[in-house]
Amino acid sequence: MLQIAGRSFRSRLLVGTGKFRSHQVMRDALVASGADIVTVALRRVDLSRPQDDILSFVPDGMTLLPNTSGAVDADEAVRLARLGRAATGADLVKLEVTPDPRTLAPDPIYTLRAAELLVAEGFVVLPYCSADPVLCRHLEEAGCATVMPLGAWIGSNRGLRTRDAIEVIVAQASVPVVVDAGLGVPSDAAEAMEIGASAVLVNTAIAVAADPVQMARAFALATEAGRLGYLAGPGAVSATAEASSPLTGFLS
Amino acid sequence: MSTAPGRFASFLATGETLVPSLPALLAPGVDLEQLAGRAREVTLQRFGRAVRLFAPLYVSNACLSSCTYCGFSKYLDVARRTLTVEQVVEEAQSLVAQGFRHLLLVSGEHRVEVSADHLVACIVALRPFVPSLSIETQTWSDDTYARLVEAGLEGVVHYEETYDRGRYAETHVAGWKRDYDRRLASTERAAEAGVRRLGIGVLLGLSADWRADVQAVAEHAVWLQRHYWRTEVTVSLPRIKSSASGFQPLVPVTDAEYVQALCALRLVAPEVGIVLSTREAPALRDGLVRIAVTTMSAGSSTEPGGYLHPGEAQEQFAISDERSPAEVAAMLVAAGYDPVWKDAFALRT
Repeated sequence: MLQIAGRSFRSRLLVGTGKFRSHQVMRDALVASGADIVTVALRRVDLSRPQDDILSFVPDGMTLLPNTSGAVDADEAVRLARLGRAATGADLVKLEVTPDPRTLAPDPIYTLRAAELLVAEGFVVLPYCSADPVLCRHLEEAGCATVMPLGAWIGSNRGLRTRDAIEVIVAQASVPVVVDAGLGVPSDAAEAMEIGASAVLVNTAIAVAADPVQMARAFALATEAGRLGYLAGPGAVSATAEASSPLTGFLS
Repeated sequence: MSTAPGRFASFLATGETLVPSLPALLAPGVDLEQLAGRAREVTLQRFGRAVRLFAPLYVSNACLSSCTYCGFSKYLDVARRTLTVEQVVEEAQSLVAQGFRHLLLVSGEHRVEVSADHLVACIVALRPFVPSLSIETQTWSDDTYARLVEAGLEGVVHYEETYDRGRYAETHVAGWKRDYDRRLASTERAAEAGVRRLGIGVLLGLSADWRADVQAVAEHAVWLQRHYWRTEVTVSLPRIKSSASGFQPLVPVTDAEYVQALCALRLVAPEVGIVLSTREAPALRDGLVRIAVTTMSAGSSTEPGGYLHPGEAQEQFAISDERSPAEVAAMLVAAGYDPVWKDAFALRT
């Protein structure tokens, strides 16, 4: 079970709600993903029209993880997090601070500052961040419930480009490491899980697939397969052939 | 009196380029279907199956500038109207009731009728129920942009109309807007003042060489992204429509050329939002959302007060897509796109 701030979750696949062609397709994909946690951008939530709102299409029983997408500095992220708490009644927040609209790269300085402010206000903070081991240390020390380093540029579907850094982060972390952003195909999720990530978060790859429902299911299977592969303890990688039936086996 | 060239104008004058592959994409004889396919891929990857919807809210058609193509031009004897803050709020409420949460306040250029104070008052009155507010007005001083941002303004739209200085001088014959360099540098001043979304554009058909104008606006977009990394840039390429001015385009841009221009822009500036207004006809709009467009207006009125009291004041130009916002949203759903009514949060409360 995935443990985040003392809560247990069955699925290690977290999903997002952006870029879908319709709320109904999004809903079907969320169900197919088997995910327990779904993140929703507060900028997309419109509580003044509840019947059409994105929140009304999130399946019952899923844990809502409001995110601060669109925040450009720490103060804005804090303000959005408070709005999220008011809207959902929960203190979970996925912290996103992205002042550059072109790359949507997470701002390390403001993210850390916002994390400190939010933890002080009692939030359970899941920060989206660069795949930087030292930044992840700082976020952990600030009291974040997870770290969420990016696998590649958000929305890029480029796969686990930050693999080397993620390996270091996984090795050092004492909170769950959730690889967020950039995973493009199910095998990318499996790869992240195989190297010891606690979970992955996938949005674009599912939302823009020709068949989002099928892709959601594929990511669920790959996440689980990668996790099992990690737990099973992969054998060593060798540069040369290693016979599966040793030539000198008869000696023993 | 004219303003000294701004930083982008100085860059443009060097003849250097930030989008070297664009001329080939704009050249006659390209395989348009292949170009559209590439543009579609890039658009889907970056923006997903979602199209942002907004509505223009005309605050005033009073104008002290004279631009030969515009229905608000100061010398035209047309019915003028400037909305009070209360009337702006009423118009906004009717748009909000139709679903809009992104509004663009538009006005002619009249510093007395539509003063900075008036705009600030409108923004303060609207911000409790409209999360995204932008303006398309005359250009302002730095102080005014900062005041507007402080009041809760998200975006500023200033089209240069044409980057050809000679043609600009011929078509902007009087008033504040006559100053090419002030207008061009205003995008830099707005970005420096903290405006988050900056809309630029050219009016296709105004100059004889539409390709040169598309090249220039693409250079401008990429230049702004390089120099103001916090600012989101959108581009619009409206084609000249009939108006009270009676202006006829110098060289009409065909539908195929128009699609080519938007595809080429998408490929050289993948992160730039492309805005399409109701100036264009339904069939073309429906086709372009599948290829390159990411932001659309719908159900627009281009006269001040025109949503609640149509026909009382002169419109800026005639629209071609007269479908209601709900009909445009239904078209998007049928095409496999999510109509995004709200993708913003109040910047000031």
